[in-house]
Amino acid sequence: MRIDALSGVLLIPALAACLLAALPGYRLTSRLNVVATLLTLLTAVSLFFVEPKSGDYLLMDDLNKVFIVLTTFVSFTTSVFSASYIGHEIEIGRLKLSYVRFYHAMYQVMMFGMNLALVANNIGLMWVAIEIATLSTVLMVGIYRTHAALEAAWKYFILGSVGIALALFGTILIYMAARPVIGEGLYAMVWTVLVAHAANFDPALLNVAFVFLLLGYGTKVGLAPLHAWLPDAHAEGPTPISAVLSGLLLNVALYALLRFKMLLALNPAAIAPGPLMVTMGLVSCVFAAFMLYRRRDIKRMFAYSSIEHMGIIVFAFGMGGPLANFAGLLHMTMHSLTKSAIFYAVGHISQVKGTQKISDMGGLTVTHPVLGWGLVLGVVAIAGLPPLGIFMSEFLVVSSTFSRQPWLVMILVFGILVALGGLFLRLNTITFGEPRGPTTPAQASYVPMFAHLAIVFMAGIYLPPALVTGFQNVARLLG
Amino acid sequence: MRGLTFDIAHMLAGSLVVVSFLQLYQDRLSALINIFAMHALVLALSVAWQAHAQLAPHLYITAAIALVFKAIVIPVALRRIIVRLGIHREIETVVGVGPAMLLGIGLVALAMVVMLRVTADADPLAREDLAFALSVVLLGLLMMVTRRNAVSQVIGFMSLENGLVLAATGAKGMPLVVEISVAFSVLIAFIVIGIFLFRIRERFDTVDMQAMDRFRGEQR
Repeated sequence: MRIDALSGVLLIPALAACLLAALPGYRLTSRLNVVATLLTLLTAVSLFFVEPKSGDYLLMDDLNKVFIVLTTFVSFTTSVFSASYIGHEIEIGRLKLSYVRFYHAMYQVMMFGMNLALVANNIGLMWVAIEIATLSTVLMVGIYRTHAALEAAWKYFILGSVGIALALFGTILIYMAARPVIGEGLYAMVWTVLVAHAANFDPALLNVAFVFLLLGYGTKVGLAPLHAWLPDAHAEGPTPISAVLSGLLLNVALYALLRFKMLLALNPAAIAPGPLMVTMGLVSCVFAAFMLYRRRDIKRMFAYSSIEHMGIIVFAFGMGGPLANFAGLLHMTMHSLTKSAIFYAVGHISQVKGTQKISDMGGLTVTHPVLGWGLVLGVVAIAGLPPLGIFMSEFLVVSSTFSRQPWLVMILVFGILVALGGLFLRLNTITFGEPRGPTTPAQASYVPMFAHLAIVFMAGIYLPPALVTGFQNVARLLG
Repeated sequence: MRGLTFDIAHMLAGSLVVVSFLQLYQDRLSALINIFAMHALVLALSVAWQAHAQLAPHLYITAAIALVFKAIVIPVALRRIIVRLGIHREIETVVGVGPAMLLGIGLVALAMVVMLRVTADADPLAREDLAFALSVVLLGLLMMVTRRNAVSQVIGFMSLENGLVLAATGAKGMPLVVEISVAFSVLIAFIVIGIFLFRIRERFDTVDMQAMDRFRGEQR
């Protein structure tokens, strides 16, 4: 393997995982965790300046460049948040010191898994990488070892494994389809080779394969009938993990789905993957929007909001075309940034209030103005109000697809509006009204949260031309 | 591939489906573990035969992993776990034998219809292997949803993975990286599961998933 930026985003987390597994304590290791993710981020950014060539195992194109930079950026800010979050959890004794070593090592293993899934040029390798990322998050979700945490981890593990098993079956079917054309062996699983020959594959096999892949990776994306693991895993794990789950892992699974969609699109005789994705996206969006109303747990509520937004994103990519793809890509980026910012706020809020129950919180803007207004800003952004970035991307999703499928877009808009109502109803209880619960000042790191919100705010007003051209290239690539 | 070689491969893959059916109606955990060991044994034989038939010596490694790890180590370990937890005599039925078998037959029929139709051009052994493999995968899924006990869910998951190994070996010339990763994932999965089982024991004094369902996040 050559040592370049591409292998760098894999080597740094791998080495950091070994190092962090060996070091005791939490002050030093949480800082090292930040340093490691920062180094990974810098390596990822260098991809824009020196573009390595793709080989038989690692792939580099415009599509995964965007995903890699987003992943490493959010994982860096999350590690900053995680440092202060974990410090507090240890002070109150909710997390044992001996688990922290494990937690940090697993954090880096997860980064390794996600980066590997994004740079893998091999459908088998990609599958292995997503499995690594999933297993490491399963272990972290169960880290508090309470009843609820164990149940959540178990549910996540079982549903995640079933999803990953179905995805492997789909992967094998893709190989079967490719073998008669490309020949036996490694090259029948290499993306770049698959894409070059996709037009000659057996369409029937490709169709069945895509159904399995959609169900398999769709489970990881959290699409509606397969989403059951997602709220539990978000609610019961440590909040930094909720932030990376929503902000990153769902995207990585979506990335896998998009790659296979591109493959199918190249074969004229295969089914169009779009309608399947559009249906699942719409169902997720509307279903999750209604589920927002009955939530009593704050993290669970934002988990449902993630399902809703993944639904919108999958809808946009399912519709396809340069404009809708652009909108989907922008929405995905904005959602990652906003949702992780919200989870940073929620993490500190549940720490100061000592609970995740919405009914035990109240008047947060009075007792903890910075956290309270941070959350208000985050929810305003996630609900899609102007002038923030999500309004911009949702507007683009709607306007780019309205002329093609007005009725479907009406359903989508309905879902978005229902979700807006649900979010504001709960936001009102949490941040305004009579102050409830403890009022001790928070020891929080506000920088990651406001950095994300600032980017989202900026994006709502002004998108840099370089970013627009970059996204346009990717959108064209997606077809 | 003609004649006897084909017939034996066919028979072994078919027996895997039959053993999956046997698993479906076992209501005692110790019996279920025995049947799982048999499942893994049949898989090992089937993979070894494929290695012989396809002249692919690396598949013998996969067969050896299936034999040693899944047919011997895991059943022994699981048996120790259930004896230690005192649940080796426990009887569990969620869906009755009749409905479970009928559902199973339906799933196998579905697998045959889907796979044989779409793989019409592939070579006969590969397509039958794929059809059988999908049947085993679906039967594993069925077992996971009809069982309440964590141990039987795990066994359902592992028999599902056996189906995937069958599919991967049936696809001729599939790179080794996948077979190793499949075996490896089972290993990891098992470690994870083991940790969970012990933690569950610590916390609940039961491995019955119905007991865990009480701790739904919403009702706290």
